[in-house]
Amino acid sequence: MLHGIRLEYFLILATLMFFVGVYGFLTRKNLITMLMSIELILNAVNINFVAFNKFLFPDKLEGHFFALIVIAVAAAEAAVAIAIIINIYRHFSNINVENVDEMKY
Amino acid sequence: MGDFNFSYCVWIPLIPLFSFLILGLFGNKFKEKLTGILGTLALGIIFALSLYTAYEYFFVHGLVNGTYQKIIAINVTWLQFTDKLHINMGVLLDPISVMMLVVVTTVSFMVHLYSIGYMKGERGVERYFAFLSLFTFSMLGLVIATNIFQMYIFWELVGVSSYLLIGFYYQKPSAVAASKKAFIVTRFADLGFLIGILILSFITGTFDFITLTDPAGEAIHRGAEIGFMGMSVMTWAMLLIFMGGAGKSAMFPLHIWLPDAMEGPTPVSALIHAATMVVAGVYLVARLFPIFHFSAQPALNIIAYVGGFTSLFAAVIACTQLDIKRVLAFSTLSQIGYMMLALGVSGYGSHDGLGFMASNFHLFTHAMFKALLFLGAGAIIHAVHSNYMNEMGGLRKHLPITHATFLIACLTIAGLYPLSGFFSKDEILAAAFHKDKLLFAVEYCVAGLTAFYMFRLYFVVFWGKDTQYHHKPHEAPFTMTIPLMFLAIASVFAGFIPFSELVTSDSIPFEGEIDWMIAIPSIAVGLLGILIAMIMYRKENNYPARMAATLKYLYRWSFNKFYIDEIYLFITKKIIFRYIARPVAWFDRHMVDGTMNGIAGMTNVISFRIRGLQSGQLQKYGFVFITGALALALVFIYLWTK
Repeated sequence: MLHGIRLEYFLILATLMFFVGVYGFLTRKNLITMLMSIELILNAVNINFVAFNKFLFPDKLEGHFFALIVIAVAAAEAAVAIAIIINIYRHFSNINVENVDEMKY
Repeated sequence: MGDFNFSYCVWIPLIPLFSFLILGLFGNKFKEKLTGILGTLALGIIFALSLYTAYEYFFVHGLVNGTYQKIIAINVTWLQFTDKLHINMGVLLDPISVMMLVVVTTVSFMVHLYSIGYMKGERGVERYFAFLSLFTFSMLGLVIATNIFQMYIFWELVGVSSYLLIGFYYQKPSAVAASKKAFIVTRFADLGFLIGILILSFITGTFDFITLTDPAGEAIHRGAEIGFMGMSVMTWAMLLIFMGGAGKSAMFPLHIWLPDAMEGPTPVSALIHAATMVVAGVYLVARLFPIFHFSAQPALNIIAYVGGFTSLFAAVIACTQLDIKRVLAFSTLSQIGYMMLALGVSGYGSHDGLGFMASNFHLFTHAMFKALLFLGAGAIIHAVHSNYMNEMGGLRKHLPITHATFLIACLTIAGLYPLSGFFSKDEILAAAFHKDKLLFAVEYCVAGLTAFYMFRLYFVVFWGKDTQYHHKPHEAPFTMTIPLMFLAIASVFAGFIPFSELVTSDSIPFEGEIDWMIAIPSIAVGLLGILIAMIMYRKENNYPARMAATLKYLYRWSFNKFYIDEIYLFITKKIIFRYIARPVAWFDRHMVDGTMNGIAGMTNVISFRIRGLQSGQLQKYGFVFITGALALALVFIYLWTK
């Protein structure tokens, strides 16, 4: 299925996804959207893992497993992040990131 | 000796130390009376031990082949710096230390007993007795020191306990000021003492007294050839050490702390500022006497003249003071001056060492009669609630025991035969006569003045006008009168102790005799002084006022203690504070502190400027982080491709 698609294309896709995620993380004010941007960044990394594993070490599986670990960690992180966001919502009645600036000076 | 073991002597200083710790730590849990009894009991034990030691030493085991041995009863290494440099703690027994053991424990025991009555009902009695025990411990440690460094340590400890006891009434500003004054003046003198010790031990390579003072040893003759500003280094070292002794013994011009120290409770004045601590300087000089004699003769001459001058100077002041404790304080100065003078004019060995013997003899008798005088003054103050003798008079009817013992003490200090003061003073006069006629003449005047001012005090307080008191003065309780009577007996009979066969400069006994050619005129001078005092003060009359008017300037100068305090104040406040301390303080505040404040201020300003970066905005942090990461990535790519 993947025969014929070159490694570069996977890398280009991952890079685009990564920077879309970074852009979203830096510009969106909504905490949920920022969380989604982080997911994009993580998944861009997953693509890189799988692609490099497939093209450079076809008879090994470390890249695949690493991708699985990242997915698991991302799920856990999402759970924690959403719990925090719910508390922020209770406190400020919105989830704008600019309100969360207690830790200054 | 040989077979007898003196090592039990270590308990003599240790028992007061324990009593200090117990009273100091748990004293507030005891009843007031119990603290006094505990302290007195501890002192009673060591008093008995000291008497036993003195008996064993002087009459049984000390004398071997006609010489009193120097016995090291116990000696442990306390601080080991290197193989050669170590500081020991131990017990050294020789005639002067055994004599001092007896003096210190006797007076201290009497003062403890007396204090039970005197301090009754005061606040902080347990603190008082704890400090008294601490003082006794320190003084005994000083007396039995085997080396000069141990002596120095205990020397400072007595200074501290004296400071604590002078400031016992810490709610009284004058007492606090007096305690600080005493501490600072003696500390200043001790600086000289410490430098002297360092020079001395540097030259001789030892701290140990026996090695240092062995006339046949080599340590004593070292450093004599190294000159510095016209005198040998040894002389300088001994002069500096004497400076420490002069501070503690309140010799002119370091005497200013002693009259003020009378702010402490009267028994403390009796113990510390009359009988024991203030003679530590005399003891120090006596302890190092062979060094003074063989390699620092100029220092010894200076000691003689300082002692002589102080005795005259203090006696003149004592004639005009009104506070009875201050009269006694100046009298103490004068008598210690006598002792210093006697050491200063002394030679070494048998009859030449008469001054040495006389000095220690006078130290012994003076401790007894001066403690008696102070305790008597305490009983008077206790009865009248005033220190000023112009508020007293006619007390002989109210205080019969105090009156009798006080009279004995006055007769003793005036040097009448056969009381103890006569014998010791006569030996000092004889010693001075053989060495220096000028000092001899001065001491004759002082003998007359002493008799005069003591009997002025006696007549004004016990005779004189009949004063109306607010409430009738009452005789002191028996805990106070027993020490008075004991010390009175000691004052009367101490003169019959054959000191020349016990305490001598080279530890070899010699036959002492009274030189009647000197003694009879000295009794006459004493009687003259008493007579003048009797005419002037026995009944109220206008002689004293007329006398004061005739000797207007002398009277005023003497009354104001020759303005020495004012001179000190002038020098410190007007010169040292203004021209030295103030520029130094300015430098400290503006230069040293300024540098530090500048650094701190700069940090402060910069951090205020840049704290806006810590905005708390997550996305700003993220932006900075990613920009940094990208920049680093670019740098690495650039380096990698090159």
